This record gives sequence, structure tokens and C-alpha cells, in this order.
Amino acid sequence: MKGRKMNARRSDPMLPQPFRVARVQRETFDTFTLNLEGLKDNGGFKFAPGQFNMLYVFGVGEVPISISGDPTNGDILVHTTRVVGTVTTAMGKLKQDDIIGVRGPYGTHWPVEDARGKDVVIVAGGIGLAPLRPALYYLLEHRDKYNKVVLLYGTRTKEDILYRRELEQWRARFDLEVHVTVDRGTGNWRGNVGVVTALIPKAPFDPENAIALVCGPEIMMRFTVLELLKRGLPEEKIYLSMERNMKCGIGLCGHCQFGPHFTCKDGPVFPYNRIKDLLEKREI
Amino acid sequence: MKTIENILAEHPFFKGLEPKYLKIVVGCASNVVFAPEQIIYREGDPADRFFLIREGKIGLEINVPHKGPVTLQTINEGEILGWSWLMPPYKWRFTSRVYERTRAIALDGACLRKKCDEDHALGYEFYKRFADIIVQRLQATRLQLLDVYGVHS
Amino acid sequence: MKDLPDLSPDPVILQRENFQQLLDVIIAKKYKIAGPKIKDGAVILDEILKTEDLPIGWSDSQESATYRLIERGDRALFRYALGPQSWKKFLYPPVQKLYEAHRTQNGWKISSTKEPKLKFAFLGVRPCEIEAINALDRVFREGEYSDPGYRKRRQNTLIIAVNCGVAGGTCFCASMDTGPKAKSGFDLALTEVLENEEHYFVVEVGTKLGAEIVKEIEHTRAGQEQLDKAQSISAAASDQMGRELDTSDLHVLLSRSSEHPQWKDIASRCLTCGNCTMVCPTCFCSTVEDYTDLQGKEAVRVRRWDSCFTMDYSYIHGGSVRYSAEARYRQWLTHKFANWLEQFGTFGCVGCGRCITWCPAAIDITEEIKAIGKNQTFEKKTA
Repeated sequence: MKGRKMNARRSDPMLPQPFRVARVQRETFDTFTLNLEGLKDNGGFKFAPGQFNMLYVFGVGEVPISISGDPTNGDILVHTTRVVGTVTTAMGKLKQDDIIGVRGPYGTHWPVEDARGKDVVIVAGGIGLAPLRPALYYLLEHRDKYNKVVLLYGTRTKEDILYRRELEQWRARFDLEVHVTVDRGTGNWRGNVGVVTALIPKAPFDPENAIALVCGPEIMMRFTVLELLKRGLPEEKIYLSMERNMKCGIGLCGHCQFGPHFTCKDGPVFPYNRIKDLLEKREI
Repeated sequence: MKTIENILAEHPFFKGLEPKYLKIVVGCASNVVFAPEQIIYREGDPADRFFLIREGKIGLEINVPHKGPVTLQTINEGEILGWSWLMPPYKWRFTSRVYERTRAIALDGACLRKKCDEDHALGYEFYKRFADIIVQRLQATRLQLLDVYGVHS
Repeated sequence: MKDLPDLSPDPVILQRENFQQLLDVIIAKKYKIAGPKIKDGAVILDEILKTEDLPIGWSDSQESATYRLIERGDRALFRYALGPQSWKKFLYPPVQKLYEAHRTQNGWKISSTKEPKLKFAFLGVRPCEIEAINALDRVFREGEYSDPGYRKRRQNTLIIAVNCGVAGGTCFCASMDTGPKAKSGFDLALTEVLENEEHYFVVEVGTKLGAEIVKEIEHTRAGQEQLDKAQSISAAASDQMGRELDTSDLHVLLSRSSEHPQWKDIASRCLTCGNCTMVCPTCFCSTVEDYTDLQGKEAVRVRRWDSCFTMDYSYIHGGSVRYSAEARYRQWLTHKFANWLEQFGTFGCVGCGRCITWCPAAIDITEEIKAIGKNQTFEKKTA
């Protein structure tokens, strides 16, 4: 499964396509979600879970943002973004009907088809839930093709929980196990408090027939991998989504290099065994 | 109906403990039940018990001025609650509050401390097991300290 | 540009006095000739119209952190090695407008940039530089996404290679198997022979276009003696190399040496000035910058050359992945001699020696690699 590139017919892959902001949702104090619609009726936007777009804000710049919507719904393009710099700040100020430039989809995707017949463990940290949500949508859409599906989600405090309402709905399902934890419990939070890795030892999956999809801060991913390996999950069945500086998203600017890999085209989703050596080195 | 001895023998924490020591532990054990929002122990109270959680969820809290109680960790089913009974000054550092109805085995720390002083082999068994828990908690705490999800300055 | 010629397959001789004809024929075919010129104390690349524009009688002396022009006063046209500039400045301009956008009533629109139609003829391309152009071709033309501007410029480019008569002080193309004689990738390849009273060029034809050009200039069939002379010149240049590098298993060595103390040693000398990346003919990294007018009505996106040595090259929210000079130098060297192999199937280095000449701290990559390889033994993986 590969997302068809919107600008496949374009001769210049650096030219963005304009999309209209249909809706802006505030998620947490520094995170928001843009729902985008294409300007022309061009058959919808197709992408695979885990892929990203380069989003252009007029006159400000471009940033890579993972797609966090439903891959089976091509009418709306969803991006959950955190404000961390100039471009994301400008993006956070966009309002309904504003125009934003889109190039993509780029990158490798979560191996949701290869996971058929297996248990799927999803471990998300912080904003890492955003690029994993499309995978979860896909799994739920084809629920009968998978064994157990487990979502482990950790974030800073209860105020930082993304997609809270959706998480509560998912938790209520009988065919999905959802565990949420926060690093620090405040106010009337009576749920788990502790690192998300602490949820792994008791997570209900069979390491002999499972894959794990992991996304979050690099440190969190490294410790998550350790716990998954301790459970007996093979290295090649653990998938991480890496993040690096990107200026083009198409393998030409060089910035996203992670060892010999271009994060924009050999990633961002990597099987752990492929990047294991790189993760152990400093400043790669 | 499971006896306390059965429950303890099956628990991973006591795995490998010689039967004669297990009997000593059972001698210091009792069944307890806590209701939600109940305080099991408060910060500063003398620490003389620890608990093997069979069911439920407990939050370890500390009171932060101007902020109220902040939960640093939750202890769940199968885990051990409490290690301040092991070393002086034998006082609880945090408050433990029940979040979900909890059934546990309470173990008399003062009684066990005495037994460990008398039989160092038993003491060694306990310290070995607690060292493992403490290391895991320390690593987890360090990860929490890193504040990996925080907004970077 | 790789088709074999069916006209004039054998090398020919072009006499010095007819050299201008070569330029005239190319100009008549509507090409802009870019070639070597003396300017600002170096051999740079600029527009060539007359034979006299070339650096006649000049050569260069190159060493670590040293570049000097020497006025020999003889009649040779191409007796220098190479200058700081490389042909990438024409194929992949240092600053390029990607597109313009302007505000409209309900948003904004892109207006694509039209590039002026230019056909370049590169005169004086050294064999290592052909390999460098090939390397850039692999980056910009053969990936899943290609650069349309590069493709267009490259398609129309005429390459007149000039085999090296002398090796530069910092050259090691022989070690990298990229020279000093051009094997392919040219329309015409010249070897200059200047001996006693004779002054001529042995011209090899590489493409149909090259053959067409030869047809229109005065030339004679090359005799065996003349061909032998050309070969001996190339052989002599090969023996004269200023540097050498053992590339066997180099990528394995570098992959295992990420914690080698030599990196720290280099970092104590390296200024992270990025000179090496600027003069390197294969470095291709770029960044994008955005500009608007004061009213915010017009926006421009510009691509410009970038260097992995800059602090914000690897910046992601909060900091740079490679914040130490050590890590940044290691990235550059490892990319050139290890990662590039995995990415594009060849080394990223063509042995031109520019980075050695133009590094103000006199860092010599051949020496640094030797230092890293010292005392390191490992089992060679049997296939």
C-alpha cells in the first residue's frame, strides 16, 4: 500500500498544492489540529498511515508534519501539530478558510498489512500519538484481520492528553485495550501515573506473534524498545518513527540524514533492527 | 479459597524463597481491603508495613505548596507498595491514596525486620528483591525527570 | 550523452592554431562556454569566448591550506590542476528561486518560476569532475524525486573534458579511480601535448554531438605516436599524485569508528567554516529560505547551498542533533566515504583535493582517514 502522491503529475516536486483550512481544533495548550480540504475536486488525498506532508505557510516557511487522520477518508486531510518554532506558530494562527500549501505524502509507513493475523502493540508518547492514530484507524477499520490490539499512551500530565474523547471511546470498546499514563498526576487524575514503559511488562500481547509500533521522543522510544525486547519481541518486529530536520522531504536537501538513511524516504518509519546501531551512537 | 501462603508462593516477588522463609513471611501477613480515596499511609507516618497488591490502584502522592497533591506514581495489581520500612528512619516519604478499590496482603515490616536481623540469609533474600524494585523505580523516575514530553526551552 | 559516435570513431588531432575553431563552432551552436579563467588570484570558471581567455601559461601550486598561481609563461592552455570552483555552480546554482507566491482575494497562489533557456558547454572538465557530475546526476536525476531544473540544465550541457597533464599537489584521483584520464561521460576529451615546437591536442570523441563538432573543425587523423604520447602524459600524471588513499573497506572502517579519538583531535582544529563543502564538487546539501515584501503580499521561496557543518543544519525543536564540531566533521567524512556508498553506490569523493587545499586549518582528509585506520584490524567479511 503506498499513498498516491497528490502531485504525481507535477513536474516540480517542490511546488505545493493549496489546501483550505476547513476547521481548527485546539487540542492542548500548545497543540492544535488542522482539518484541510483540497481546493479542486481531485479524488481525495490518499496516504498510508505513518506518512507525512510538507506544509507551507505563505511567506513563513515549510515544515514536515505527520498526517494524523483516517487513511480511509480522503476528503479531509488532518494534521495535529505542536507549536515549536516560527512556522508552527504561524500555522497555529491560521483560521478557517485560510490557505496552506501541501506537498506529499512522503515517507515509509507503518506495516499495517504485514501485521495481519498478529497482535499489534502501539506505544505512543506525547505528540507521538498523532502519527500513530492513522494506524489505529486502519486497524479498527479492518479489525477482524488482527488479533489483539493494544494502545499504550504516555504523556506529561492529564492536560497534555491528546484526542481525549476519542481515547475514552476507544477504551470503551471490547476489542481494543487502551492504557493511558501520565508522568505526573495532578488535580483529580485517578488513572495511571508513571512512565509509559512501565505499562509494557503487563501488556497483553504474545511476543511470538506480534508487532509493535512506537512513536514519541527519542529517549522514550529507546526505553520502550528495551522493555519490548525484554518481553521477547524480535528486533525486526518493532517499528519506530524517527524525526529529523527536513528542508525538502524528497531526499535532495540532505538535512534529514540519519546515518546512511534519509528520514524522508527511507523513513520516518524504520524497523528497529535496521537502525539499532545508529540509535546507540551519540549525535548521529 | 486461596490461603495467604498460596497467594504469596505464587507471586513473582517471592519466587524462589525457601519454604521455611515463606512460612515466616506468612506469619507476618494478613488480608486487607481498602476503599477508594482511603489513605493507606500518610507522608511522615511511621513505616511498619508493606503491601502486595492483589487488585486495585494506589497513587503515591506528595503535597506541593500552592499546587495541592501531585501523584508521582501509581501502583497496580501485582506490584509492591512500600519500602521505607526497610531502612531508618522507617518513615513514609509519600502519601498513598487508594484510587480503585484495593485488595492486598499486608506484611508486618517491623516483625520482618526483626526476623531479618536474626537470620541474615532471610535478610539477604528480602534486600535482593527490594533492590530490584528500587532500581526499576529509580530508572522510571529518571525517565520522568527527563520530562521528555516537555516543551523545550 | 552516452551514445557511441558513428562518425569519426577514432581520435583526431587538433592543432593549437585551430583551437579557436573549436570555440567558434560551439558558440555557433548556441552554447555559452564556461571554462577556466584567471581571476582574483585563482583559476575560476567563467564565460569563455576566445582562446586567449584561458589561463595560458599559468599553473597552480597546491598543498594543505595553500593555493598559489604560478606564471610559467609557456604556451600551455591547461597546465594547472583545478581551481576552487566546480561545475556544480552551473548545474546546481548556489542560489535558486523555487517559486513565487502572491496573495489573492481568498488566499494565495503560486506563480512558477520560468528559467531562462541556457545551454552550457563546459570546457576544461577534469576527469574527476566528470565523476563529480555523475555523482550529482545520481542525486538529482535518479532518485524517486528529481530536480527538474537540474535535469533541464544537465540535458543541454556539452562536456569538453581535458585530461590532466600534471597532477595537483593535493590530488588523489588515482586512488579514487576517477582519473587522471577520462573514461567516459564527455562529448570530447582533449589531451594537450606541448613538446619542443609541437603543440596539439589529441581529441577523443565520446558522443554523436562531439563527432559533429569535430567534423566542423580542421583536424587530422591521430597517428600511433601521437596517441602514445597522450597516454604517457596521463600515465605520468597518475604517478605524480600529491596524495593517495587506500579505499578498501573504508566504509566498514568508518562505520565502526564513530567513537574514535581522532574525531576529537580533528575537532580541535576544525573551524566548521564549511569551506570544504563549498569547494567540494559533489556536496549537494541545500536549505530553503522564505522572503516576503514589506506588505506581506508577495512571497518568494529560495533554495541555496547549505553545509552540514552549520549549527542549525540538524536542528529539531530544542536543539541540534549534531551540536559538537566533532559530530559535524564526522558526519561529513562518514557521508563522503561510507554513507554515500550505501545511498548512491559510489564514494562521494572524487579525489580532487580541493577540500585539502582550501581548508584554512590544513585538515587533510587522506591523513585523517589514515589516522583513523591506524592500528585497526578487523575481519574482512567474506562474501
